[in-house]
Amino acid sequence: MSTTENPVRDAIQGAIGEHEVLLFMKGTPEAPACGFSARTVAALEALGTPFAAVDILPDPRIRQELSNLSNWPTIPQLFVKGELVGGCDIVSEMYESGELAQVLGVEAPADAPDGAPAAAEPGAPPLQIKNNLV
Amino acid sequence: MPRPEDLKQRIEAAIPGAQADVTDLTGGGDHFRATVVAAEFAQLSRIEQHRRVYGVFGSDIGGPIHALSLETKAE
Repeated sequence: MSTTENPVRDAIQGAIGEHEVLLFMKGTPEAPACGFSARTVAALEALGTPFAAVDILPDPRIRQELSNLSNWPTIPQLFVKGELVGGCDIVSEMYESGELAQVLGVEAPADAPDGAPAAAEPGAPPLQIKNNLV
Repeated sequence: MPRPEDLKQRIEAAIPGAQADVTDLTGGGDHFRATVVAAEFAQLSRIEQHRRVYGVFGSDIGGPIHALSLETKAE
């Protein structure tokens, strides 16, 4: 990626391009710092899908540049294959309707009527990106 | 400090024919939940529907309005 005068935006764009499932959140998956981030992490973990996460709290520029890029004002923001899927409300709705599993290309959760997933690895730990955006 | 009625009024003024139902989630005047029904949402994806409502508030989101949880419907 070419060098521009906006390294934070470049780093965000790079991360979105590199990680198939990427969550920008407040705090970390182990220690979410906001209820909305926590709910979004819970939906992803319930589907057992590995995901990368970026904590936006350490540097206010991350949130600002992210919102400029995505045209979305709030955190969390879930990206799948480079596209913004939504924030906590949309991700929660999509989890409940089964759409999230579809978008992520995974089996629906075990408690879904037709879900009955084959023994998936129990709780694969979420992939942590080193927060190198600061 | 914004009140639920203020948010309701702003949404309904900005989106023609919209009906908004807004609650203060915590009583603190900064975490809100809005259900918005508007005919024009029929033409928009869910992401675009939420963007439309967030757009009503501009930089107030993340400012005085710390969080605005949304449910949007076309009817």
